[in-house]
Amino acid sequence: MKFSFRRLIRPPHVTTGTLRNSFDRRTIVVGAIQGGIGCLLASRMTYLSVFENEKYKLKAESNRVNLSLIPPRRGWILDRHGQPLASNRADFRVDVIPERMTDPDRTIAELGKLLSLSPIAMQDLQDKLDRSHGFAPVEVASRLDWERFASVSVRLPDLPGVVTQRGYSRFYPTGPSVGHLIGYVGAASAEEYEKDHDPVLLTPGYKLGKDALEKFYEKDLRGTPGARRVEVTASGRIVRDLDTREDVPGKTVKLTIDAAIQDYAARRIGPESAAVVVMDCQTGDILAMASMPSFDPNSFSDGIGRLEWKMLSDDDHVPLRNKVLRGLYPPGSTVKPLVALSFLEAGLDPNESVYCGGGLRVGNRVFHCWQRRGHGQVNMAKGIYQSCDVYFYHFAQRIGMDPIAAMAKRLGLGQDFPLPVAGQSYGTVPSPAWKLKKYDKPWQTFDTVNATIGQGYFLVNPLQQAIQASRIASGRIIMPKLIHGHEHEPQASLGVPEEHLAYIRQAMSDVANGPGSAPHSRLPFPDIKLAGKTGTAQVVGLNVGNGKGGLWKHRDHGHFICFAPADNPRYACSVVVEHGGGSGAAYPIARDVLTYMFDKEKGMEALTELEKKWGGTAKERLDARFRAYSAQYGVGAPKVSPEEERRKLQGAEQPDEPRQPINEAQSPAPEPADDTDRPAPPPSPAPTPTPTTGGTPQ
Amino acid sequence: MSRSIVPEAISRQPWQMLIPLCGLVGLGAAVLYSAAGGSLQPYALSHVVRFCVFLVMAIVISRMSRNLFRMAAYPVYGGILVLLVLVELIGAVGGGSQRWLNLGFMSLQPSELMKPAIVLVLARFYETLPHAMTASWRGLVPAGVLIGVPALFVLIQPDLGTATAVCFGGVVTMFLAGLPLWWFVSAGSALLIFAPIAFFTLLHDYQRNRVLVFLDPEGDPLGTGYHITQSKIAIGSGGIFGKGFGNGTQSHLQYLPEPHTDFVFATMSEEWGLMGGLFVLFVFTVVIGWGMGVARRAPDRFSGLLAAGMTATMFFYVMINLMMVMGLAPVVGIPLPFMSHGGTSMLTNMICLGTIMAVNRWNQGRGSFS
Repeated sequence: MKFSFRRLIRPPHVTTGTLRNSFDRRTIVVGAIQGGIGCLLASRMTYLSVFENEKYKLKAESNRVNLSLIPPRRGWILDRHGQPLASNRADFRVDVIPERMTDPDRTIAELGKLLSLSPIAMQDLQDKLDRSHGFAPVEVASRLDWERFASVSVRLPDLPGVVTQRGYSRFYPTGPSVGHLIGYVGAASAEEYEKDHDPVLLTPGYKLGKDALEKFYEKDLRGTPGARRVEVTASGRIVRDLDTREDVPGKTVKLTIDAAIQDYAARRIGPESAAVVVMDCQTGDILAMASMPSFDPNSFSDGIGRLEWKMLSDDDHVPLRNKVLRGLYPPGSTVKPLVALSFLEAGLDPNESVYCGGGLRVGNRVFHCWQRRGHGQVNMAKGIYQSCDVYFYHFAQRIGMDPIAAMAKRLGLGQDFPLPVAGQSYGTVPSPAWKLKKYDKPWQTFDTVNATIGQGYFLVNPLQQAIQASRIASGRIIMPKLIHGHEHEPQASLGVPEEHLAYIRQAMSDVANGPGSAPHSRLPFPDIKLAGKTGTAQVVGLNVGNGKGGLWKHRDHGHFICFAPADNPRYACSVVVEHGGGSGAAYPIARDVLTYMFDKEKGMEALTELEKKWGGTAKERLDARFRAYSAQYGVGAPKVSPEEERRKLQGAEQPDEPRQPINEAQSPAPEPADDTDRPAPPPSPAPTPTPTTGGTPQ
Repeated sequence: MSRSIVPEAISRQPWQMLIPLCGLVGLGAAVLYSAAGGSLQPYALSHVVRFCVFLVMAIVISRMSRNLFRMAAYPVYGGILVLLVLVELIGAVGGGSQRWLNLGFMSLQPSELMKPAIVLVLARFYETLPHAMTASWRGLVPAGVLIGVPALFVLIQPDLGTATAVCFGGVVTMFLAGLPLWWFVSAGSALLIFAPIAFFTLLHDYQRNRVLVFLDPEGDPLGTGYHITQSKIAIGSGGIFGKGFGNGTQSHLQYLPEPHTDFVFATMSEEWGLMGGLFVLFVFTVVIGWGMGVARRAPDRFSGLLAAGMTATMFFYVMINLMMVMGLAPVVGIPLPFMSHGGTSMLTNMICLGTIMAVNRWNQGRGSFS
């Protein structure tokens, strides 16, 4: 060892020394390792760029190219003349995608400043964000002017998660008039996305139908989204457009509705809580279907803010309920023509009369006629046009309930109809079998007596009322239609003899044009006569209120069903004024709507006069109300939880139960209301007080 | 062959290595030109200028005598060590991690300079160490201290990459110096045991995270794994011939992090494809192979260790960088020599290159004199 080291110290001569040797060997090892790593790198490189080339090419492309969906233009909803009830208008909008925001608070504050959003709008935006689900875009503002839109657009790189768009938004030219008929649109909720995984639902700016026709025809109205391919940087800045595929607009839906009549009817309702249905009584086409008060579907499309909620829920007129389909009311005397038809069919001679002295004893109770002074001798025609209750009390007991119930069903009461709507409440046509099944109690005579004047268990909705009127007017099984363009195959006959119908129609014509109960419902035309029937349905017992004044919710419902012209019916109409205080609130609306249909100018004159008194059109009043609310409450309105919202939007319907238990005699409400020389109703002579809540077993 | 026409000072230069190297720098400049969006500024021009300046410096270094290297070894090492301490002090005063020393006209990163310096000082140490002691503790402990002290200072900066590079250069030099093989074997085994412990105790969070992400880059595609994933996408999408000069989307659309420094190879591969990558590997093989050849031909222990150590240092840069961009190593901030934009790494590599060229000259001197 020592020797060999000594040899190493003398380098020039030691060429094979151990150190030199080991250096040589080890440089070879190091070189070999280096070469090996070089080979490893070369093969890795080859592997990546040759064998995995396809995969990485795809990834590079998906990095580079950003595919953004262009929300399709929603199909228009047109009226029967092609006038839009729901259209689209060009729109600048700003959305945020919560998931992509890095600093939501700062971004939202910045947006609020750029768009000069009001504190109320900011609060609503915050509510929407709290409820959002990350992936789904949340609308910040739409219908922006160019300046505000551009001020956000230029700052996009500093505002991650913000999306600006030029697109289209839904527009309802007549606003609140079509709220219940058309529905409204809104951004998809998480539940809606669960049900329908169409990626278009997540496209910023896409709105889907939330109610009524917008919801029912969602698939048709939707269309196919377009797409835009853009090259983007890692930070999301768009470098250039690559290509664009145009969207395919949704299909147009054409309704049987006449936009002008619909708008007129809605406006004519004024401050009342009411529903108007106008039908073509030859074809069944629904020309108007208005329920007021309503909401402005235009302002619903960006979500329903706290203040809007407060406004809607403070309103005891239930603006969220479509009263045409979901409102159920005791029909009152409007059932008399059908009851009379059933009498005729049962063989009753229309000239057979009964003496009306103001009341009739049934069992141990006295059932009063609305006309406490009595009508004297009353035959069938007088029973209808004077709306004498005693006539019907008397003969109903002879004929029995079953023929009456059968006739009511034939005329459409208690039925629902194949219409593209979210839901219909079909109400009740009471009959002995029905009562036994429902309440497990035998039918009583006073049940029949109550039913013949449209009280008691009887419940109908305004659409059924209109159908009833059309069927009486035409004698055919008229089915309501909402979608235009169906073949009008001749409808089957009701099977009611023509002379029976003619008798009833004449009596109904006399209501307006003869010695009837509603002379003021006469149309202002010499040659066009209206035939109708008034109805006043009691809501609470006379011991609580007389039905005319007092608390709004204690007032009687006002009904009117009619058709015109009386001799050759063309149009049928039904009006229900909830708590209107009697039929006197209902028939002027029907008269003006029909006047407008025959003479637009004359009808408009009447409306303009009235609207001056009410403080503007329905939309103007709604806007004024919102302004008043925002001045009064500001951002102080309470937050609405999603559950509550869902409940209110879907549950805005009455239960199928009557509001008061019917186990006692119901005194009919006096009518008509405009009978100026009518004496004030006497104090309630009802033998037992009618409780307003809860049932008292017999 | 052409000795009669070309001046001896020029013909003596190792052209078989310098010409491919110039090609590589040219390719690097082209890539930087593209990465800057088709502009000489700010990368490509300064890259070429720096190379030229540092090449002159390397040639000057190569003219230095063996004795000058020998004499300078300890003072240079000591000076750089002082600078390292200085950096640490300034950093401690200024707060936060400090790697740069501001000299007024340029900022200096002493840890970079330590890479060639450690090789130099070890070569000098083993030359002066009596050969009999090579296999004793006196051959190991002083060398370990020489490596350990600067490595520690770099580590606490903290700069794991540079610390590893310093250690790597030092250890390769020790290995070639002829220390018993079983020391390395047992040190290696110890490292295998120690590494997991160090991983959980000594590493900073971000360093640990880098390692974890390296093991599973897809697990965190938008976080730290993003770098590796995007780099692999750039290399893989280039294919055999690349997307063409100036057409790289990954770099131009900023998906690739640091497309002009650490990930310059990915930038290049995307546009030049496998061919470009193989060219780069070829040039490095030539340079490294030449360096090892010089070391093997070295006339004495000092020059041999010096050349081999310098080569190993350069090799370490190349290996770690390429393995990183191809997803074979965790992300460490080590640039690719002669291609990445950056003065300090160019300086270090040119010092290494100049030193090898000096050894090469000494080889020729010996050859011509004997």
